[in-house]
Amino acid sequence: MTIEAASRERFQPGQIGVSRSHCAHCGTALLPGQGAFCCTGCSGAHALVRGLGLDAFYGRQETAAGSLRPPEAPPSFDATSFACAGPNGTQSLELMVSGLTCGACIWLVEQALAAEPDVLRARASLTARRLTIVWRGPAECARDLAALVAKLGFRVAPWSPACLRATEDAEGQALLRALGIAAFGSMNVMLVSVAVWVGGDMGEQTRALMHWLAALIGLPTVLVAGMPFYRSAWQAVRAGRANMDLAVSLGVIATTAMSLSEAIRNGPYTWFDGATALLALLLAGRVLDRGMRRRARQAVAELLALQDGTVELVCADGTTRGVPAESVRAGDLVLVASGDRLRLDGTASADVVLDLGATTGESVPRHLAAGEMLAAGSVNMGAPFQMRVAAAVRDGSLAALARLLERAEQGRGRFVSIADRAARLYVPVVHVVAAGTFLGWWLGAGVTWQEALVPAVASLIVTCPCGLAIAVPAVQVAAVGALFRRGILVASPTALERLASANHAVLDKTGTLTEGHPDLIEDASVPPAALCLASSLARASRHPLSQALVRACPEAPTLDGVEEVPGCGLRHGDIRLGSAAFCGVEETPDSGMSLYLRQPGQQLVVFRFRDRLRNDAGRVVSALQSLGLETELLSGDAISAVEAAATATGIGPWQARATPSDKAARIEALRAAGARPLMIGDGINDAAALALAHVSASPANGTDIAQAASDIVLRGDGLSALPYAIRVARRAQLLAQQNIGFSLLYNVVAVPAAVFGFVTPLIAAVVMASSSMIVILNALRAGKEEA
Amino acid sequence: MNALILLVPLALALGLLGLALFLWTLRARQYEDLDGAASRILFDDLPRKDLPQ
Repeated sequence: MTIEAASRERFQPGQIGVSRSHCAHCGTALLPGQGAFCCTGCSGAHALVRGLGLDAFYGRQETAAGSLRPPEAPPSFDATSFACAGPNGTQSLELMVSGLTCGACIWLVEQALAAEPDVLRARASLTARRLTIVWRGPAECARDLAALVAKLGFRVAPWSPACLRATEDAEGQALLRALGIAAFGSMNVMLVSVAVWVGGDMGEQTRALMHWLAALIGLPTVLVAGMPFYRSAWQAVRAGRANMDLAVSLGVIATTAMSLSEAIRNGPYTWFDGATALLALLLAGRVLDRGMRRRARQAVAELLALQDGTVELVCADGTTRGVPAESVRAGDLVLVASGDRLRLDGTASADVVLDLGATTGESVPRHLAAGEMLAAGSVNMGAPFQMRVAAAVRDGSLAALARLLERAEQGRGRFVSIADRAARLYVPVVHVVAAGTFLGWWLGAGVTWQEALVPAVASLIVTCPCGLAIAVPAVQVAAVGALFRRGILVASPTALERLASANHAVLDKTGTLTEGHPDLIEDASVPPAALCLASSLARASRHPLSQALVRACPEAPTLDGVEEVPGCGLRHGDIRLGSAAFCGVEETPDSGMSLYLRQPGQQLVVFRFRDRLRNDAGRVVSALQSLGLETELLSGDAISAVEAAATATGIGPWQARATPSDKAARIEALRAAGARPLMIGDGINDAAALALAHVSASPANGTDIAQAASDIVLRGDGLSALPYAIRVARRAQLLAQQNIGFSLLYNVVAVPAAVFGFVTPLIAAVVMASSSMIVILNALRAGKEEA
Repeated sequence: MNALILLVPLALALGLLGLALFLWTLRARQYEDLDGAASRILFDDLPRKDLPQ
């Protein structure tokens, strides 16, 4: 099932006559006349849970109402091909399980699988939504196990390489290890340092012992825990840039060297505590920052994995079997069912009706003649057909687009974040001050070079890249966390800053401003009884137009004995619902988006459909305008449809019939004119524009390519979260600037004191801790933006 | 001074023990699923196969 279908299901409108009862499995409010369950899937799931004696689940679950409704069809992919053979005849399978949102869910899944006789181990990870099952027996069990999880109401997908990249976080592990070592080192050095600070009557020899003890702990700590910073600083130096890590590395190394020199000459203080505490604080900030972004990346990977499709390959003997799209070669024959999205490019031997919304932006399905090239990404709106594949996945149009996007991504890497801009100014100034202090004391005041080193390094450590280095990440953590809780996934580290500075919004129409799927046009001439009857028939079909009818009248009862005639319509006795030809009426030009209902002895009823504007489209556009963004509409659809949408939302300038390259060109033109465009789009045709824009966003029902090309993915329904995201981003930017300003102000006071030699390690420690605390407390305000 | 000779190595040894434990937990991937671990402590029942039949 696609995300699109799921979100539609979850947000079913029109719960007429809401009763107090809720579905016993998924928690959806029930309609009058329904028993304890909202659908047969839920009833089956409930029986399964009860049968296993796992009823305790219902007392504990914290899932959102309706999110646990089992899909009607078993998982479309063949889990057997993903099973891996392990030692001693065991098999293992890794699945991405969507809908795992609370502890009770992992309990239910693990217990239900553990009850299977062959299963040796089942473990679900709540953070990564990853389920690992190990069992003894044939690989074919994989299919049953995956189906079991699906029957409970969770959506499963193979654990894809994209999920793996998002979770296998070797760099994050290394940071966490460095943090542990730095925390251990700084606490133990502090133990020794405090003794020196308070022990004024300490003998020379004891003090020397303390200094060397501090060096014994401090030197390895600085060496090992500082590696993440040294590595990044070295990369910056090789690229001829200065970054914050360079300031941190130089500060830490200089402090360590000076402390070693102080230990050798048995000076009054060593500064190992400062160096190690600095590392520990900075690493803590970085670990938090990374963890927050990792969660967002995982959520995006989850969205993508659910879209990763399998295709029905037609074998030589005429049977079909589901295989991963990657394994299909050019020349193979695949079956495309009604309502399925094409995963590959190809040609059909018959006429077909395709919804090209994702590839060109057209909202009305198009009839394509036999032999015409069909682009991957379009949706089959007509009868099932067999398609001759023209190119394997990696040579197809989608892969070519992905390569283009990668190139565009690299271009975007040139964006310089506010922290790095501050570092470019700050690093040279600080080091000139430190060098000047050293020379001033050594040559000017005539002290030994070892003594001159102390105030010079003290000025380096109180200028404390700490406050400055933590100023921006702390704000990012607070803001990205607040956005994540509202279902806004921020995938790129500099996305918030770019979003805050955007001053021009370019929106796509089909699927972005509109729902992206057909919706029934309300028509007073249609008798309610006919609508109800048509919906009852339509319940038997997965066709997008049938689904639209069911949405329009969700309370319609299910009818038994409805027969689907592929590509034509539905039949129940003498009642027919379907295309004009199927109902024996003359075809009208726009028949792609209408259905006819014929009942014996009654008048023919026509249902017309269109791609409706989202409920919040107008509000979002005016919210964007009130935030000071110029808005414009850029669509591949026909002029009349685009004009209507532009007028209804009050968006301003619009352009219709824009090809993907027109869209990209418009974004480039805007950038060349000095604007900073925010591109919002969902289709494959928007991907290039998304990647080229200053910052980009895509809605939850967007295509995988568009989501991968976007900085921000809106997981909730609609676009209403976007203005909120802009407000949070702007507030975060303001707070980051405040924090940087505050750190600089601190230095104005602290640097002269250090330069003239008044600063002791104790003062430096207080300065470091207090400035970091203030910066962090200020950053916490970033998550407090009202919706 | 004599107290230091005993106490300082003792304090360091304890600290190193803590560090070693941390590195072990890290290697054992105990930080992979913090959300899951937080809810897992509330599961008070054994896996069903371990139950006495």
